[in-house]
Amino acid sequence: MKPGRLKQILLLTDGCSNHGEDPVVVAALARNQGITVNVIGVLDDRQSGKPQGLEEVESIAEAGGGVSQIVYQKSLSQTVQMVTRQAMTQTIQGVVNKELQEILGKKQTIEELPPEQRGEVVEVVDELGESCDLEVLVLVDTSASMHHKLPTVKEALFDLSLSLNARSGSNQFSVYAFPDPKKTITKMVGWTPELGEIHGIFSKLNSGGYTPTGPALKEALYAFAGKPLDERLRNEEDPYEETGF
Amino acid sequence: MKKQVFDLSPGSRVTGKWSGCTYTIIKKVGAGACGTVFLCRSHQGDTYALKLGEDSSRMMLEVNMLKKFSKVQGVKLGPSFVDVDDWVDVSGRTHPFYVMEYVEGTPVTEFLKGKTKDWIGILAIQLLADLENLHKAGFVFGDLKTDNLLVSGSKVRWIDVGGVTAIGRAIKEYTEFYDRGYWNMGSRKAEPTYDLFAVTMIMMEMGHPKRFEKGSHPQKALENKLASSPILKPYRRVIQQCWKGNIQNATQMKDHLSGVLMKRKSPPASSRQRRVHNKKSENVELAALTVASGVFFAVSIVSFFF
Repeated sequence: MKPGRLKQILLLTDGCSNHGEDPVVVAALARNQGITVNVIGVLDDRQSGKPQGLEEVESIAEAGGGVSQIVYQKSLSQTVQMVTRQAMTQTIQGVVNKELQEILGKKQTIEELPPEQRGEVVEVVDELGESCDLEVLVLVDTSASMHHKLPTVKEALFDLSLSLNARSGSNQFSVYAFPDPKKTITKMVGWTPELGEIHGIFSKLNSGGYTPTGPALKEALYAFAGKPLDERLRNEEDPYEETGF
Repeated sequence: MKKQVFDLSPGSRVTGKWSGCTYTIIKKVGAGACGTVFLCRSHQGDTYALKLGEDSSRMMLEVNMLKKFSKVQGVKLGPSFVDVDDWVDVSGRTHPFYVMEYVEGTPVTEFLKGKTKDWIGILAIQLLADLENLHKAGFVFGDLKTDNLLVSGSKVRWIDVGGVTAIGRAIKEYTEFYDRGYWNMGSRKAEPTYDLFAVTMIMMEMGHPKRFEKGSHPQKALENKLASSPILKPYRRVIQQCWKGNIQNATQMKDHLSGVLMKRKSPPASSRQRRVHNKKSENVELAALTVASGVFFAVSIVSFFF
């Protein structure tokens, strides 16, 4: 089985969207395009009680076919990599389930297989998770209430790249921030295989008092859509590399 | 990601949907990352550990690991595998579960209470001996931490193989304190050295039971904590060598630690002996000590019975 390429948007936010189109709708749109949307709600370490407006976090991820989690700042690093991995597994399992249904005809999923066969299938899923290529567009809410959390976010992103780069499959990351008064989202880091060198990121931010999560997600989709161009260019170089020896 | 904790009362029965085997719950013994572990009794009357979970894929990967380890002959690399099945509860929901050997023992931190600091080295050596075998079999333990260890009959054993990863792959499960990536001390690739770092952190935890965080200078924080613990003093050099990457496998680290323990135990040697101290004499000393401790052990067993 040739490992494919998985595409994800990872949204980091701490509140409810209050501007523009419904992010849940945009997430559903992304899913249709084969892009999974994961959402992490970041709480203050001292925050207690049930946070307001974070129900949206779950709805967006659900519509986007991804994983959501609400965490305190201090466990952000571990959560970011866990959510990303879980969503990868989920996507691969979805594909495998579809194949199973085609082969076996009925509504068969991995969970419903007898233990012996299930054991073999999960190994295949695990192997695909290790070897598939992955593209993650990180979309960071940099509205005022997020400001003091941004150093933690930066650390978590470095950590994410550390985790994923231990895999044998290749990775591409990019980081965008929102809101941006003119373009809705600002590109912080263009597509890169490593998020190690992101000093100075988030340093020059201007944020208004609004959170346009929906429009930002849509812009992120466009950013993904713009990608195939580069890929096509790279694919043209590939034959030479392969026949090079 | 949603953690589901099951509360099955003693006497509850869990019956496998595929095989029909029934297990009677005796008590809950712990909750892991992806399930709850119970002590149970099988139909035949044997006691086992039963893990009941939610994420069927993850449970199945663990089962595959346990099965793989049962195949490695001679050396025991984890709890023995017994059974895997699904259980349909009264409400009709299906829960995957598996059954394995029940390892009875004491948590490491509890075991160490009131013991001399030599025991830190001894437990580390035992752990490294097991890791040596695991690495030879082509795997890395991954999520090595005190929570995953039990001391059973003065021998340390690991009880959760959920983080075991084939060498060369990416570590998927880890706990920050024991993870070299977190401390900026290396990658999250499954290499033998990944486990060795975790062993040093287990030792660090024995010196600083409250653990600690990395702060803005992770490596400096580690160095300071190492230097500030009197209990860890004898092991300081070995730990530092490991961090520097001068120790590449479990065997090397085990030998270094044995060296430390032997040296400390030797009596204030006469100056003549010291002068001719070389590798050979060290080995002789080592052998003599082994023999001596063997004799002592035998005598103590004999005196125990009579």
